[in-house]
Amino acid sequence: MLNLKSSTTLFKSLVVSGLLLSALAPQAHAQDAAEKGYEIAKRSDESDRGFKDHKVKMQMILRNAAGQEDVRDMRFSVKEEPNPDLGDKSLIIFDTPKDISGSALLSHAKILEPDDQWLFIPEDEMIKRISSRNKSGPFFGSEFAYEDFTAQELNKYKYKYLRQEACPNVPELTCDVVERYPQYERSGYARQIGWVDTTDFQNRKIEFYNRADSLIKSLDFLDYKQYEGKFWRPHLMKMVNHQTGKSTDLVYGPYSFDNGLTENDFVKGVLETLY
Amino acid sequence: MPSTDKNLIIRYAEMIIRFRWLVIALSLLSVFAAGYGAQFLHFSNNYRVFFSPENPELRAFEDFQATYTKNDNIMFVIKPKDGSVFTSSTMAAVEKLTDMAWYIPYTLRVDSVTNFQYSYADGDELIVDDLIYEAETLSDEEIAARGEIALNEPLLKNLLVAGDANATGVNVVLQYPEKSITEVPEAAKKAHAIADEIRQEYPDLTIALTGVSMLNNAFADAGQKDAATLMPLMLIILIIAMALTLRSLSATFVTTGVILFSLTVALGLSGYLGIKLTPISVTAPTIILTLAIADSIHILISMFHNMRDGQSKHDAIIDAIRINFMPVTITSLTTMVGFLTLNFSDAPPFWDLGNITAMGITAAWIYSLTFLPALISLMPLKVKVATKAQEQGRMSQLLDRYGQFIVRRHRIILPIITIVSVALICAIPRIELNDQWVKYFDHSLTFRQDADYGLKHLTGVYQVEFSVPAKDAGGINEPEYLTHLDAFADWLRAQDGVRHVYSISDIMRRLNKNMHADDQSWYKLPDTRDLSAQYLLLYEMSLPYGLDLNDRINIDKSATRITASLDDIPTAQVRQFIKDSRQWLSDNAPEYMQSEPTGPTVMFSYISQRNIESMLKGNTIALIAISLILVFALRSLPLGVLSLIPNAVPILITFGLWAIFYKQIGMAAAGVSAVALGIVVDDTVHFMSKYLRARREKDLSPEDATRYAFKTVGTALIVTTIILTLGFMVMAASTFLVNEQLGLMTAATMIIALIIDFTLLPCLLLLGSKSTSAK
Repeated sequence: MLNLKSSTTLFKSLVVSGLLLSALAPQAHAQDAAEKGYEIAKRSDESDRGFKDHKVKMQMILRNAAGQEDVRDMRFSVKEEPNPDLGDKSLIIFDTPKDISGSALLSHAKILEPDDQWLFIPEDEMIKRISSRNKSGPFFGSEFAYEDFTAQELNKYKYKYLRQEACPNVPELTCDVVERYPQYERSGYARQIGWVDTTDFQNRKIEFYNRADSLIKSLDFLDYKQYEGKFWRPHLMKMVNHQTGKSTDLVYGPYSFDNGLTENDFVKGVLETLY
Repeated sequence: MPSTDKNLIIRYAEMIIRFRWLVIALSLLSVFAAGYGAQFLHFSNNYRVFFSPENPELRAFEDFQATYTKNDNIMFVIKPKDGSVFTSSTMAAVEKLTDMAWYIPYTLRVDSVTNFQYSYADGDELIVDDLIYEAETLSDEEIAARGEIALNEPLLKNLLVAGDANATGVNVVLQYPEKSITEVPEAAKKAHAIADEIRQEYPDLTIALTGVSMLNNAFADAGQKDAATLMPLMLIILIIAMALTLRSLSATFVTTGVILFSLTVALGLSGYLGIKLTPISVTAPTIILTLAIADSIHILISMFHNMRDGQSKHDAIIDAIRINFMPVTITSLTTMVGFLTLNFSDAPPFWDLGNITAMGITAAWIYSLTFLPALISLMPLKVKVATKAQEQGRMSQLLDRYGQFIVRRHRIILPIITIVSVALICAIPRIELNDQWVKYFDHSLTFRQDADYGLKHLTGVYQVEFSVPAKDAGGINEPEYLTHLDAFADWLRAQDGVRHVYSISDIMRRLNKNMHADDQSWYKLPDTRDLSAQYLLLYEMSLPYGLDLNDRINIDKSATRITASLDDIPTAQVRQFIKDSRQWLSDNAPEYMQSEPTGPTVMFSYISQRNIESMLKGNTIALIAISLILVFALRSLPLGVLSLIPNAVPILITFGLWAIFYKQIGMAAAGVSAVALGIVVDDTVHFMSKYLRARREKDLSPEDATRYAFKTVGTALIVTTIILTLGFMVMAASTFLVNEQLGLMTAATMIIALIIDFTLLPCLLLLGSKSTSAK
């Protein structure tokens, strides 16, 4: 790891020797970059450890290339999973549009397998388990995939450190730029490039590339606020689809932390009681 | 002409000879400076260039695409040597191709029978998964069972699976950033590479590539092929024609220089102006070559004539310039006016054709009066007096006898030619406008072969799109909406020439069935809005990347899209279909569900009409402008007005003949008159000016003046008509139907114009002059 406090001469010589090393041993260099990328992602992941649970209202604003807009409201609660090899559990309750009000989606995230998901259909008073292999499909007709706005599970990806530069959206911060490659089957993305700041270790921007390696979407994390003196949360996530010109904003209300949610609040049976 | 003008022209010609080295140097410099711009020329590869930004059908379609997604696509049509596609091996190939298609640049989604998101119920579970996954691990029985599902799925049958199961398709939807001209060829190249790889691995499969992107790519292919074959062919024909008429190596050399310079300047300036080449505008060089030669030939023929009369070379050149300055200027001007009126067209490629050609004509006019006399004055010239005179004698004797015949029989000839003309013109309404854009490309092009193959075995590229609005946001889930949507889809399916209809109502039926333990009796639309909305939510949550419904439902769920895929039917039938579907909606669906059909097929269905409408105005203006030029040039109001008849009639007769022999014509119809008019005028000008000179200067009677005109310009008219006809016949050899029709019609107009100038025109002059001479 580079020590930023070292003198510039030392820094330069480090860079030079780094370049020499990279020329001599590309294999070792690749390994270093992978390790460093992983470390940065891990540090970001760890910065959020111990939040236990949170609840938040969110609003989804969809826009198409013709400039039309649609707004949807939902409530989102998440319970942290302390074991990094397991995913978090989350529940989304849909409030608007009216015709789906009361529908609720329960997810048990997995790392490399498809998530377990159940949807409650109030009109039928029926719970349906959703079985789908692919995680990167659009959520609710938006530009977000479900995985794009839920917890960024550390082991879902392999990493590669790229460089350091001023953060997009917050130029006063420095960002590590890390490339990551989805490890689960049938992802729509070939790679993603993420910007993580070196102060609070939060995601500032992610770019998504498809298999033909063109930039398809970019996600900006804006309006970060700190809760409990510890946990950072963005209050606006802007996803732009560069291919279609469509975009989706996710606007979050204030989060409430440590609501005492238990495993029992995230079991299938609870879906019917919400209605 | 006032004598001061004559002196001015003589002085000009003398200056050209005196400063000939400078003139040659400046000519070369201007050619290189202008020609430098040719490097900026590129072939356009987007069918949208055929529509002006104001075109209402284009604008409707742009709105449609902004609401849903772009629908540029590449369709892989896959067919095994024999039998069903539902075998383990073929499905493995389709699965592989589906996967590889994601690597085509700018891909937005890939649909095939293997990745079709099939939903079914399993206890309390809704399973949404690829219809066929890892085909190699499945037995032929298992694959056949999936095939059965596919053939019963309205979203697949006749779109991605042929009704007889003998062919299948992989449809790739692309969205180009439209920043670079290389995007489409890039995607097409990758698609070809993928097809090649699959063919190699599965030699039993035939794979054809069709779709809008391949069409777009074919525009550049067709244009390049034409540019590579037609231009050289034209040049060879012209050089032979020059050698025959001029009988001089030096003169042929100089004229070749003039036409090549004109071509270079026109193309170079087009490059600077950022004009994109299309299969239509790429024919401009052929036309420029054909037209540019005329100025030079007129000047050189006069020069040889003067030299045969014993003038020195320099005097002969100066006199040739003096005689031809005005006629060459007038004919260049009228031809230019004709081509410039193409700017009235609704299709920008016609603007480009008109403007490039007009620049070429201007350049030819300038170089014929500068570079040509300057260079020819330096060249060795030999004149074979005897043979030339003999032949000319024989020809003018023949023409003189013909002139006598006309003079004697004009009272009988006039009514006959009038009746024949009127009869032919009356046939025009029989013409049927047809623009099936696959048929724009001839069979020598791979795109045409592949598109025909796709149409024959699976599905075509002709699609009509509807965005059917609902009452409000989320309104697509209303039972009233879905019921009418479903009925509309059924009605569309029942229409002749409709091969497939994609409607969201089929997904709703399937979901309802899934939610009721796959009970077939529930294969119907859900009863309430909330139910539909919640089923749709469930389904949407299950769809993978690239297979979502965003291209089918707009964002606030206030409209869905219906796509009707059509057979290879003439555009007249498409227009009827469009009318009928509008009528059906207005008769059967609620007010808010009314929808305008859109898409490239709709745009092309009206392209001819739009262009003809816009060109009618252009042609009227051209006719008036050209008549005014003639009034000025002939210094006679009645003759200027009279010239309208021999100028307009040949074009009308051509349309009449076309109606009788071919019936169908595409958007070329709109361009013919603009291209032909300015050229046809030249013959009239030459004939009338000779007639007038005989009347005014030689004081001959109308009868003798007519004979004089035949004797003096008859040969020239026949020779130039032959050259022009050949030129446009070369254009008719294009791989692009619009050019073929434009070339053929213009060539026919040239011949008919000659006939009219040899029959109707002298008869009219004799008739008109009777009254004046009687006074």
